[in-house]
Amino acid sequence: MVCRGAKNALIMVALSCCLFLLAAPGLPAQAKNSCINCHGLFDPPLGINAEEFAGSIHAQKGLLCTSCHGGDSSSDDMTQAMGKAAGFRGHIERAQIPALCGKCHSDAAYMRGFNPSVRTDQLSQYQTSVHGKMLAKGNSHVAVCIDCHTTHNIHPPNDPRSSVYPANVARTCARCHANAEYMKDYKIPTNQFALYSTSVHHEALAVRGDLSAPTCSTCHGSHGAAPPGVASVERVCSTCHVFQQQLFDSGPHKAAFGAMGFPGCITCHSNHAIQHPSDGSIGTGNTAFCVRCHVEGDAGYTAAAGMHAGLVKLDGEIQRSEEILKRAQVSGVEVGQTAMALTEAQDDLTKARVAIHSARPDAVDQNIQAGLKVTDKTWQAGLAAMKELKYRRQGLVASIVAIVLVLIALAFLIRKIEAPKPGETK
Amino acid sequence: MDVLGTVRKWLDERIGLHGLVEFMEHKKVPQHRYSHWYFFGGMTLFLFGVQVLTGILLLLYYRPSPNEAYESVEYIMTQVRFGWLIRSIHSWSANLMILTASVHMFSVFFLKAYRKPRELTWLSGMLLLFLLLGFGFSGYLLPWNTLSFFATKVGTDIAGQVPVIGKWISVFLRGGEDVTGATLTRFFGFHVAVLPGIATALVALHVLLVQRFGMSVPPSVEAEWEARPSERREMRFFPNFLLRELMAWYVALAILGGLAAFKPWELGTKADAFASAPPGIRPEWYFMFMFQTLKMIPPKIWIFDGELLGVLGFNAAFVVWVLLPFFDRGPGGRAQRWVTGAGVFALGYVVVMTVYAYFAK
Repeated sequence: MVCRGAKNALIMVALSCCLFLLAAPGLPAQAKNSCINCHGLFDPPLGINAEEFAGSIHAQKGLLCTSCHGGDSSSDDMTQAMGKAAGFRGHIERAQIPALCGKCHSDAAYMRGFNPSVRTDQLSQYQTSVHGKMLAKGNSHVAVCIDCHTTHNIHPPNDPRSSVYPANVARTCARCHANAEYMKDYKIPTNQFALYSTSVHHEALAVRGDLSAPTCSTCHGSHGAAPPGVASVERVCSTCHVFQQQLFDSGPHKAAFGAMGFPGCITCHSNHAIQHPSDGSIGTGNTAFCVRCHVEGDAGYTAAAGMHAGLVKLDGEIQRSEEILKRAQVSGVEVGQTAMALTEAQDDLTKARVAIHSARPDAVDQNIQAGLKVTDKTWQAGLAAMKELKYRRQGLVASIVAIVLVLIALAFLIRKIEAPKPGETK
Repeated sequence: MDVLGTVRKWLDERIGLHGLVEFMEHKKVPQHRYSHWYFFGGMTLFLFGVQVLTGILLLLYYRPSPNEAYESVEYIMTQVRFGWLIRSIHSWSANLMILTASVHMFSVFFLKAYRKPRELTWLSGMLLLFLLLGFGFSGYLLPWNTLSFFATKVGTDIAGQVPVIGKWISVFLRGGEDVTGATLTRFFGFHVAVLPGIATALVALHVLLVQRFGMSVPPSVEAEWEARPSERREMRFFPNFLLRELMAWYVALAILGGLAAFKPWELGTKADAFASAPPGIRPEWYFMFMFQTLKMIPPKIWIFDGELLGVLGFNAAFVVWVLLPFFDRGPGGRAQRWVTGAGVFALGYVVVMTVYAYFAK
């Protein structure tokens, strides 16, 4: 019995070895990393989370502690592993971190071995950033690589676990920039994150999950982070809002804003707390941006009022058509094609809203008139649908009356047939 | 002689019309407190006729391809004169027909009309009911809208659960691994050619059998008549019963017209095979009791797949239901009480689960 058990165990071991040998060529060779033996047990700052490090992109690509800290991780002898002879560097000063990271990340030939399309300009970009410039001046409080990317738990930016994954970027920046105590020496606001959290951009990114929506680095840059100057704001916004910029450039506001030193788009829309604009944003009402500069009687004031009226009119006409088409549809009249046509008017309204950026009433009106032509047709179609509905119901009433008459006639006929004939008992 | 009389004489000389009328006049229908249940069979037949007529009219415009099906139905509903009415009547009539056929089935069951020698009439009727469900399932997909597309996916998935032949059934119904344009043309073929052909033959057989054996009298009425022969009542099939049947047909027509005018059948949105299934996908009401049951069965029952057990259970229940008349050993027997009990349970189960399905989240 024992003999048989031992035999089975031997077979299992042999099979395991075979499987291991078969699987081995597919796995990256893992060099010995003796550092973990001790540092995996320590508390911070000397300790590291071995599991986290094993999941990081560096460990995944075969890098060891020694890749950054130097030393010899193949030795279990502490003095040898952390000896000067082995090039052990130990703790790395903050000021040295960008250069250390850049040693690999700026080496295009080296990085190509991991990912041929990976960028290698991070260090040079960083050196042009506010962070980089202040670090060069000796301020080691500013952000260096590890402040955004973490130290041992680094993941690629497209990994949701990464601190620089699009949905996590704002929170990562806010760790310093929303900390009033930490930022007190820099004399800059610390409410950017709070404001951004109320914005349409944050809503798109965090609520709707649109990873292409802007976060801090989209406008400020990542490694080259700096506030966009007055002159470049418009160009920054136009990386996404292309038409709006073209229209703005073609209109009278371009020169006027330039003369007054207004920073383009953010003059009306603000910067971090950008809200979804409404038709009330244009015009002469309380919520209109225009009245911040224009006063009653000037040409801009009149133009703003006209453009606002056009938008409101088209929007109202669309809603009127939608309402009648909805009523017809609920009542069972098929109006799918008309409803489809109505989307053209919605497109015209969107175009008119975009044309507002030209500040030219004729450009806005052109789209408004095109939309009104469509809504005129859809409204007429809606009326026709309601007429058709009335016709159907009248037809039904007539049919029911005819059917009831036939039923009465049949009932009389049956009664007549079944009536006892004279002299016949029932 | 008037024109009608001349035509009648002409026909009489050639096809013996007189004999047919005389036969119908001599045919009698029992008259008792349950007689009104007899009308549901005739109403189902009338609605079948409505389906054939409106179906032929829809065929003039319908195009069975994924690129054109939805658009052609939309065209029928918006551009074709009275197209909306014809399509709505076709859809509503289909539902009413399944309802009247079900009422007819349960009335036949509880009035024990399946007793010897009418077992074959019951069997042909049951086959017809399954065919009607097949009509409903195949016709549901034809407008190629979102709801029908995904309901067909779910329905054919369930058919695929049947052991051994399930996969084959699913592939056969779909015309491939998934619901595609091939499924649409296949269902169209079933709906307008295969099923109508079989159904017409079965309707003829069913009516012939009803004619051959006459209307069944419920056992309780039969016993009363045997005890008191003077109470036996009958009416002539023609014209007395037929005129009453005609009244029932007119009532059905008025209901159809009302539903078509006040609640026309919706078209929905065009199916998109690449879109994710919208929430609230569910089959037609007559499949709801099964759908709800399958939803409520746990994924695993002991070592067996819950859904598979549900599908097998329904298959077994349908076989037992069809064969119930053969278990009935006559009045007063224990077997008959069991059969009646099974009928009450089945009716209660179908009604409760259907209602529950519409209220359950």
